[in-house]
Amino acid sequence: MNPTNHSQNSGVAPGIPHLAIDPFSYDFFDDPYPAHQEMREAGPVVYLDQWNVYGVARYAEVYAVFNDPQTFCSSRGVGLSDFAKEKPWRPPSLILEADPPAHTRTRAVLSKVLSPAVMKRLRDGFMVAAEAKIDELLARGSFDAIPHLAEAYPLSVFPDALGLQAAGREHLIPYASLVFNAFGPPNELRQQAIERSAPHQAYVTAQCQRDNLTPGGFGACIHAFSDTGEITPAEAPLLVRSLLSAGLDTTVYGIGAAVYCLARFPDQWARLRDDPSLARNAFEEAVRFESPVQTFFRTTTVDVELGGVVIPEGEKVLMFLGAANRDPRRWEQPDSYDITRKVSGHVGFGSGIHMCVGQLVARLEGEAVLTALARKVGAITMSGEPTRRYNNTLRGLESLPVTFTPA
Amino acid sequence: MTTITFIHHDNRSQSVEAADGDSLMLAALTHGVDGITAECGGNAVCATCHVYVDEAWTAKLDPVSDDEDALLDGTAAERLPNSRLSCQIKVQPALAGLVVRIPDKQS
Ligand code: HEM
Ligand code: FES
Repeated sequence: MNPTNHSQNSGVAPGIPHLAIDPFSYDFFDDPYPAHQEMREAGPVVYLDQWNVYGVARYAEVYAVFNDPQTFCSSRGVGLSDFAKEKPWRPPSLILEADPPAHTRTRAVLSKVLSPAVMKRLRDGFMVAAEAKIDELLARGSFDAIPHLAEAYPLSVFPDALGLQAAGREHLIPYASLVFNAFGPPNELRQQAIERSAPHQAYVTAQCQRDNLTPGGFGACIHAFSDTGEITPAEAPLLVRSLLSAGLDTTVYGIGAAVYCLARFPDQWARLRDDPSLARNAFEEAVRFESPVQTFFRTTTVDVELGGVVIPEGEKVLMFLGAANRDPRRWEQPDSYDITRKVSGHVGFGSGIHMCVGQLVARLEGEAVLTALARKVGAITMSGEPTRRYNNTLRGLESLPVTFTPA
Repeated sequence: MTTITFIHHDNRSQSVEAADGDSLMLAALTHGVDGITAECGGNAVCATCHVYVDEAWTAKLDPVSDDEDALLDGTAAERLPNSRLSCQIKVQPALAGLVVRIPDKQS
């Protein structure tokens, strides 16, 4: 495969370590940790010859790139594709793929729709739904925790909170998986996802319209902001689309990561059972430890010095969130899952102006599931080999066979 | 360095020498002051860095922005007139001796 659009090798600054790692290959997905370490140790900035991009894998540089949106912009795409050179596969996101001042306006709307005050109103319902789900799974005993818990729980709360109609919800996970594959390079995962995208895109476009959204949900709230002029009526459906793209599959991977951690590390599971109030931090630590969103790109708007090297204007820079979240320069015992860790500052939800606007929804879901587990389940045992689900951006499992025994 | 005093929910008090320019939230975290969760790391998203500012000091701080005001409506512990988000307060010499109370819960 020859990504002709991206090969602009001439401007590569001298002194940057060139690595042959392909962070979008199946081998890498199977075990990214040795490659993460190799990139962190090679230098603060590396060059990945496979896709002709700069890479940052240390915490300090990932944090620096996230927090300098003027130099490292999002409006040219947060995937490999450079919107200045290539037509985007779908109309760009008005928040994720936007820079200030445009971003500031749309971000303010989603911040209000997903605010801490809104979460207080959702809290009880999310907790009750998690308890019901865990009761159902305890009755079942042995099952696959990915479809039956990690997918089933968010599907039981999020589409309703958004205000989606009941019909067609089976498109949600395939659509999100498409979106996150599309941030990657033109490999098999991306090409196949885009080839199969038409029905999912048609569903999502229709559901984002005002008439299709139940009053009181996040979607209707977004549209209401077009009445007061914060956004235009034409922008509202695209902002609803952001929640459909980013709000479901990410939490599936997040909850899957947390359950996988608790199944693998019985000492941490025991601590959680002793003190269920650790549930929220246990979820947060799983987001650090597994980093369900592994990577995002930025594009340089000017020649910039980073970590002692100069990156020319117009280059793609790939941030490795998962590697930053396990950088020993920042974290003590980075490779251990510790549910009492002071985890504030991890970049699993990003950092800076684009930091996940839905993080409170994700945490509420995670806390609800882990609290119900801690209260009701005595033991989680893996009853089969877990298998991996491959995606260019998301890290998680396809299958996690487990047995729950009651407390 | 500026001296800041945190008073915990159980009335235990803890004074730290905070670096000027850091946020109050970061000063608490770097000095091991428990009770400030700061889930969003200071990006003004989470409202889990809530503190009550001692009455003698409220007027000396920069006023609450609209964003902070909206977030304060979602704090886990009761919002009071002296509620602030510690990630939005910058440590500076003029705040030497500042006293803040930490609520009983952040989430
Ligand atoms: C564990 C679950 C989740 C993870 C790991 C996650 C991760 C992230 C990350 C890393 C970013 C930063 C993107 C960037 O800087 O380019 C982000 C942004 C975003 N997330 Fe999440 N997310 C999660 C859940 C959610 C949920 C539940 C929603 C919606 C309810 C959501 C909506 C968004 C949106 C709209 C953005 C764009 C924000 C902006 O550009 O200002 N996410 N997320
Ligand atoms: S740390 Fe999240 S709002 Fe202050």
